Amino acid sequence: MQVRRFNWPLWAGFLLSLAAFLSYFFVFVWFPSTRDFPWANLLLFAAAIVLLLLGLRRGFSSERVHPTRAKIVSSIVSGLGVLVFAFFIFVVFVSGRWLPASHGAPQVGQKAPDFSLSDKNDKTVTLSELMSAPLNGKTPRGILLIFYRGYW
Amino acid sequence: MAISVDSPQINRDFTQKAGYTFTFLSDPNTEAIKRYDLVHPGQGEGGHDIARPAEFLVDSTGTVRWVNLTENYWVRARPEQILEVAKKLPN
Repeated sequence: MQVRRFNWPLWAGFLLSLAAFLSYFFVFVWFPSTRDFPWANLLLFAAAIVLLLLGLRRGFSSERVHPTRAKIVSSIVSGLGVLVFAFFIFVVFVSGRWLPASHGAPQVGQKAPDFSLSDKNDKTVTLSELMSAPLNGKTPRGILLIFYRGYW
Repeated sequence: MAISVDSPQINRDFTQKAGYTFTFLSDPNTEAIKRYDLVHPGQGEGGHDIARPAEFLVDSTGTVRWVNLTENYWVRARPEQILEVAKKLPN
């Protein structure tokens, strides 16, 4: 009977689940096609879960040197891998939607409220000023306002 | 142009690092952010209020022509989508 000591699918599956999680925030978030819907990460998670299931099967096989230990380790590691997946789903699909409704935001056809704020050189500028300030020799046809969370 | 609660100092560093040449405005007291109803309470450092992501295209008369209030933080307007609407702005 073959004695398999190292349960590589289990650990590969666990590492892949970590990579599937982290790669969204460090890599795929920079490309709109992989950010808006995280299909690349979901594919990586699918592969990770297949490996974890294989690892679990190995851990529970009768050929292990330490059967009890193998069962416990493979259960915990595959459980952690699934938790990483659940946390990813939570961050991207659940907590990402926790945004204020902003019903009072200006709508199409309404006037954009004016404001007066400091630019990066501590100079105070207003929206109306920017609208009439020449850009490349002519007044702008419009302005895109991008509100964002900031980097603090 | 971009608006957030970041200080002019942070915006100076960030625009230099990223190579952005368009206007960055600081709204630490969420004055404009409140006026546009975009306050996300307590989400900033130390429980400070910040802006939720939102984009508005305003024409030269000051009228809003296009709005994007994303429902999910990870889903944002794409540049080509905005350029498409910008092309339709009157001269």
